[in-house]
Amino acid sequence: MNYFKLVILGIVALVAAMGMNWGHDLAYKVHAFIIMAVAAGMFFWVLRRIDEPVPVPEVGYADGVIRAGVIATAFWGVIGFLVGTFIAFQLAFPELNFDWGQPFTNFGRLRPLHTSAVIFAFGGNALICTSFYVVQRTSAVRLFGGNLSWFVFWGYQLFIVLAATGYLLGATQSKEYAEPEWYTDIWLTIVWLAYLAVFFGTIVRRRERHIYVANWFYLSFIITVAMLHLVNNLSIPVSFWGSKSVQLFAGVQDAMTQWWYGHNAVGFFLTAGFLGMMYYFVPKQANRPIYSYKLSIIHFWSLIFLYIWAGPHHLHYTALPDWAATLGMVFSIVLWMPSWGGMINGLMTLQGAWDKLRTDPILRMFVISLGFYGMSTFEGPMMSIRAVNSLSHYTDWTIGHVHSGALGWNGMITFGALYFLTPKLWGREQMYSMPAINWHFWLATIGIVLYASSMWVTGIMEGLMWREVDDQGFLVNSFADTVAAKFPMYVVRGLGGVLYLSGGLIMVWNMWMTIRGAKPATTSLPAPPSPSNATPAE
Amino acid sequence: MSKGKKDDVTGTETTGHSWDGIEELNTPLPRWWLWTLYLCIIWGIAHTIAYPAWPMISGATKGVLGWSTRANVAAEITAHDAKNAELVTALLATDMETLPASADLNRYAIARGGAVFRSNCSQCHGSGAAGTKGYPNLLDDDWLWGGQMADIEFTVRHGIRNEQDSDARYSQMPAFGEMLEKEEIAAVVEHVVSLSSAEYDANLSATGATVFADNCSACHGEDGLGDRIQGAPNLADAIWLYGGDHETLTNTVVNGQFGIMPAWGPRLTEADIRAVSAYVHSLGGGE
Repeated sequence: MNYFKLVILGIVALVAAMGMNWGHDLAYKVHAFIIMAVAAGMFFWVLRRIDEPVPVPEVGYADGVIRAGVIATAFWGVIGFLVGTFIAFQLAFPELNFDWGQPFTNFGRLRPLHTSAVIFAFGGNALICTSFYVVQRTSAVRLFGGNLSWFVFWGYQLFIVLAATGYLLGATQSKEYAEPEWYTDIWLTIVWLAYLAVFFGTIVRRRERHIYVANWFYLSFIITVAMLHLVNNLSIPVSFWGSKSVQLFAGVQDAMTQWWYGHNAVGFFLTAGFLGMMYYFVPKQANRPIYSYKLSIIHFWSLIFLYIWAGPHHLHYTALPDWAATLGMVFSIVLWMPSWGGMINGLMTLQGAWDKLRTDPILRMFVISLGFYGMSTFEGPMMSIRAVNSLSHYTDWTIGHVHSGALGWNGMITFGALYFLTPKLWGREQMYSMPAINWHFWLATIGIVLYASSMWVTGIMEGLMWREVDDQGFLVNSFADTVAAKFPMYVVRGLGGVLYLSGGLIMVWNMWMTIRGAKPATTSLPAPPSPSNATPAE
Repeated sequence: MSKGKKDDVTGTETTGHSWDGIEELNTPLPRWWLWTLYLCIIWGIAHTIAYPAWPMISGATKGVLGWSTRANVAAEITAHDAKNAELVTALLATDMETLPASADLNRYAIARGGAVFRSNCSQCHGSGAAGTKGYPNLLDDDWLWGGQMADIEFTVRHGIRNEQDSDARYSQMPAFGEMLEKEEIAAVVEHVVSLSSAEYDANLSATGATVFADNCSACHGEDGLGDRIQGAPNLADAIWLYGGDHETLTNTVVNGQFGIMPAWGPRLTEADIRAVSAYVHSLGGGE
């Protein structure tokens, strides 16, 4: 096995070295260098250990990879918030597109860096590490596949580095949330299939008779994201030695595929996956049973059935045929209640535990994240209505909508999960500072409020300015007028970002102080359950 | 564990399963939630009957309302055109020189021209038409190629120094960096400064006056007042297209300038060209 690894790593390093030499563009050459360095490093690492005795397999839950994931989530989170805050100020003060940094630091290249850092690096690491934690606990078995979970972790970090450096160096497919070029996409596919194998393998070997609801959501997220990623990234490289590729679809078909992907990145990455987190951490933290099993079944199936059709609402009043837009809008509106099912199930789980909100800032984070989830899943269907969309489309309202979901729902629930996991994984009673969690809560909440409200104001304002006509039917404003009018709100938005970022920094400090000097805690598997509830042990 | 037990707080039974200590209550679906979901579904079905929705083998259902985005926008454009049809006919027939005298038509032309300007011209000349470095201010009476209605209309229609219109206004300032010595350039720059400023080096400027007379006066005139036939700017009025400081002037003399404006004749309708010309003429500098 080790010799096989050496051959593969050696070939990869060699091809990457050739790529460094023959690459057609800077991004490709830099990526070839990164890949060569990683493959060569791995080669020597394997080589040095080739005759070492095989270490005794660990027992208990596989928590090492989750510890790494918790740290990576916090690290990429702060990077993503930092870039986001910076580009928010770039929009308010264009001088920040420094001449000396061109073309690498202009808004156009930093913007995908921000979106990918927060969605895929911060959100993705949060999903991977919490899913590994949750699936082990709720299946009462160790992760399937031995070191495969470590491959998923490090492979995913490599994907993030390739994607991020690619944006700065100008390698992009120009598809929103699917910017990485073909070889990065292929790598992510390999990593993602490994992730699916680890997760699904663990579920198959579970020692509980039923699959817990959190795992339904996680599994639907992993499978659907694999499908979305594969279809939307179908492309033909111009050359094996270059980063540029040509999309398989063209015109409105390409646009429709892109937004089928884009909307379900929201639906399955940022909603279904995070609902998986919600279904574990909220009842755990509140120490209460889930409100309704029936609701969880109905809203799970209706959510995943409906979400996949909602994409066309991103393309109202475009070359997309009217019929497709109508269907996208109708499915979006019917999606309202299935989305709220998750909110109801989360919030009502607090029945009998509402008093804990006064004393437990972590639970408060979960609750406000469910609040923002409910708000943005109402706002979304509303904005998908054609008449509303004719005002809101292309305006900052959309940006505000995305951020009330991303900062409020995804961010807050992830912070809560990190505060839940850190002390458990490093064997501490609780986080180093509970008041600091409270500070984080308020800074983040006020930051979101500033962000969302400023974007509502400027979004609706610019939508109205674009369509404003005089009594003879002529447009009143030029585009630059609408940009100039938005300036104060852009500053407010940037300040909201500063608050949110400060909260994130406080969290990192708090985690650092909690982890410092602590030993990783090993958790043994629970005793085999009574036979009536068990599949045969391995 | 297959049988549920009663939850003390809510009095609801659990489903009997437990995962890592998490149990589930057997609460029925909230009625309001279920009915809202049903209503949404019923509304959704009704909406897909009313509007174009279901894809069939060739084409999709049209919807009983006969609604279509293309038809809607076409109707709006037709309505807009019909409302102003008389004014458009009059605008196309009018003699542009007399346009400012006919109040209603002029008001229409300026309103229409303003919208054309904000969509097509503001990117360079600014949404307030005040211009910026390299793009002329259209609010003042300092014209490079003439400020009469006919001059403006010609410039809009054919543009300046572009390659797509053979009638485009054309002139070119040579790059004097290859023809003059450094000292001569410094002197002529000083002379140009002296034309509109009180602060200059008199000796140097006097030398520059000779250089100017030999090299620049053919286009810019002996006194530097410019020549609209050639689009040569007036250098004595303290209005600068690229800048009147020593550094910018030196750069202009050394390299020349070659500002381009596209021809709008092929892109705008006849009525739009007339309207935007009237608008620019009305901004303050029209002659």
